[in-house]
Amino acid sequence: MKDVIELQIWQIAAAYIFVVILLAIVRIKGIPREKEIIISTVRMTLQLILTGYVLVYIFDNSHPLYTIIITGIMEVFAINNICKRTKTKLAPKVKRIIAFSMICGTLSSLMYFILVVVNLSPWYEPRYFIPIAGMIIGNSMTGISLGVTKLVDGMTAQKNLIESALMLGATPKMAAKQVVDSAFDSAILPTINSMVGMGIVFLPGMMTGQILSGTSPVTAIEYQIAIMLGILGSVTLTVILFLHLGYKAFFNKEHQLEI
Amino acid sequence: MFRLQEVKYKDILYIKNLFIPKGKITAIVGESGSGKTTLLRLLNKLISPTCGKIFYNGKPLDEINSIELRRSVVMLPQTPPIFAGTVRDNLLIGLKFSEKPIVGDNKLLETLNMVHLNKPLTEDAEKLSGGEKQRLALGRIILMDPEVFLLDEPSSALDEDTEKAVMENLVRYTKAKDKTLIMVTHSTKVSEVFSDIIIEIKKGTVAG
Ligand SMILES: Nc1ncnc2c1ncn2[C@@H]1O[C@H](COP(=O)(O)OP(=O)(O)OP(=O)(O)O)[C@@H](O)[C@H]1O
Ligand SMILES: [Mg+2]
Repeated sequence: MKDVIELQIWQIAAAYIFVVILLAIVRIKGIPREKEIIISTVRMTLQLILTGYVLVYIFDNSHPLYTIIITGIMEVFAINNICKRTKTKLAPKVKRIIAFSMICGTLSSLMYFILVVVNLSPWYEPRYFIPIAGMIIGNSMTGISLGVTKLVDGMTAQKNLIESALMLGATPKMAAKQVVDSAFDSAILPTINSMVGMGIVFLPGMMTGQILSGTSPVTAIEYQIAIMLGILGSVTLTVILFLHLGYKAFFNKEHQLEI
Repeated sequence: MFRLQEVKYKDILYIKNLFIPKGKITAIVGESGSGKTTLLRLLNKLISPTCGKIFYNGKPLDEINSIELRRSVVMLPQTPPIFAGTVRDNLLIGLKFSEKPIVGDNKLLETLNMVHLNKPLTEDAEKLSGGEKQRLALGRIILMDPEVFLLDEPSSALDEDTEKAVMENLVRYTKAKDKTLIMVTHSTKVSEVFSDIIIEIKKGTVAG
């Protein structure tokens, strides 16, 4: 690594002045968003400082238990976030399916990535494990959130169509197929779109971070390609798992639609 | 064919005792909101009674697999949906759902003829008029050749002449094949001319 510019305190302070200018503009324009901007700035600062200290400690004292605990916290946070983000109230059954699909889907993708692709040793090396886990879990969370919303909305909106299919002797699987398929499409669309625009429309965050901290762009790109494939795999897997189990939650054992 | 005993569905329907015979045409009449659709949905096992028992051919409905039951006791809903695709797709979808063998175009045209729908098989079904859609949905069910037809106001969107022609064909067909037909109708003409039995539902119970 060469010539990495370490930011000085006054340089960071200058970045905050940027926010102060922004606040002034917002106030002059009379947009009632000052409170939100201040709160989110403070929250981000505190959260990142805290995370920074935790990471420093964990990187210096690497232990499989720490890696597992951090990954566990990320999973819990992500699952909670998915359940909170969907506007309609989710049945406990659906929440269990979300948790199950998230855990199975992300962990299997993560393990494949860590053990086979990166071939990390020891496997729990937090410097690699934790950021990769974060990206895989975070992106799967976004994907599954879209899937949940689309599935719940679709089943409600298409109630008539689904019931009419049942009346004609369709299995729940056939009756829900259209809704499930379109939920799948919209769940993985953002991931696909971000792949298509990558490197041209925008530089992905991880790569930007690596390049800024002095890694050669080629290495950064290699990692980025690998991680994108990992994300695609994980998003697809979690969404398929969720939809495959999720639509069944809308039917009872007499194959009746329950909404 | 169907026997209902002390059947109650929420606060909507209560039927102490009702028998619907095989091979006959039964009309269900009654004012709007009285529970006619609910009754048909119970027979199709799209909903289950809160309490009481329904028998089909002497067997309690809860001992019959819902999907198998619905493949021989098919229901046409009050506002039947049109599936994306052509007239042909819409006719065949019932066979696909019930996993019955697909039939050729001759048979499809014959069915369209029966419901007086003179449209090419390749026509986009979404473009049909309301009454044409209703006849298409009826054709879809006839093609499935079920034991029992449960029809929820099958001719509500048809003019008198078309209604008469379609109903005559339907009656002739069910009689010839010894099928059972149970239909909800608001038309006194249809119930009086075409049905063998009339059941009146009044505020959630069988009247009389
Ligand atoms: N799923 C349901 N939950 C609660 N109430 C319902 C439900 N389905 C129907 N109802 C109520 O039950 C009553 C009977 O409804 P149903 O659809 O059986 O009437 P209907 O006789 O078919 O009327 P119409 O001739 O207008 O079609 C109505 O008051 C309706 O609001
Ligand atoms: Mg009705």
